Amino acid sequence: MYLNQFLFLAAFLFCVGVYGVLARKNGVLVLMSVELILNAVNINLVAFGAFHETVAGQVFALFVIAIAAAEVGVGLAIVLLIYRNRQSIDLTEADLMKG
Amino acid sequence: MIAQNLIFGAIAGAMGLAALRVVTTKNIVHAALYLVVVLAGVAAVYILLAAEFTAAVQILVYVGAILVLFLFGIMLTRAPIGRTAELDNDQRGVALVVALFLLGVLGAVLQDAFGSTKLPEDAAVQRSAEVGTSIFQTYVIPFEVVSVLLLAALVGAVVIARRD
Repeated sequence: MYLNQFLFLAAFLFCVGVYGVLARKNGVLVLMSVELILNAVNINLVAFGAFHETVAGQVFALFVIAIAAAEVGVGLAIVLLIYRNRQSIDLTEADLMKG
Repeated sequence: MIAQNLIFGAIAGAMGLAALRVVTTKNIVHAALYLVVVLAGVAAVYILLAAEFTAAVQILVYVGAILVLFLFGIMLTRAPIGRTAELDNDQRGVALVVALFLLGVLGAVLQDAFGSTKLPEDAAVQRSAEVGTSIFQTYVIPFEVVSVLLLAALVGAVVIARRD
């Protein structure tokens, strides 16, 4: 197996996630797109770990998974708070800081 | 080798289609369910890369916990369950250009840097014991930092979402 096939898959997932973050306006869907990006990074870490025959790639992928769990918890709490204050999680309407 | 490549192709195709559906579907619950396909595909890719422990953690944490959290988020924000046209903002064209440009740049760089690099043949499976030893010897301080961060994030989430 080529190393590149995994890296291309990860690059594709990353770009799909970037598109989702930019184009979605529902807060939960934006968080899902961020998960796609994090998973793309994890594939890269594990692929390079297998390439160099070291477990460090896996260890860092596990760290990223733990951070992702924390990120989703805090992110959904924030989305919930936005919903409670504005009765909507449309992120284009949350523009109080726009000049 | 052939079998591995065929399996990889099938997994990658399914993951790519599901990922596209996650960011384009008009039904928010379907987006969460397509995300399951992507996350399970990532776990399968880990198994292809002989990273069995990470694959198990991926299934447990992502498919088991994070997906349930997303479904709770959809439920608690009373998102429209059926089809709605209002999930995308008006930046879709720009977002598409940015994503395609990024894909082009990343693809060109990867092709240039790792065009014919092969993974080691018959790589030995990195056993879970080695992963554990590495975490608790070489990376013990980052591990403790991550556990404190997780605690802080959970306390923070409770404080943010609490009704006063």
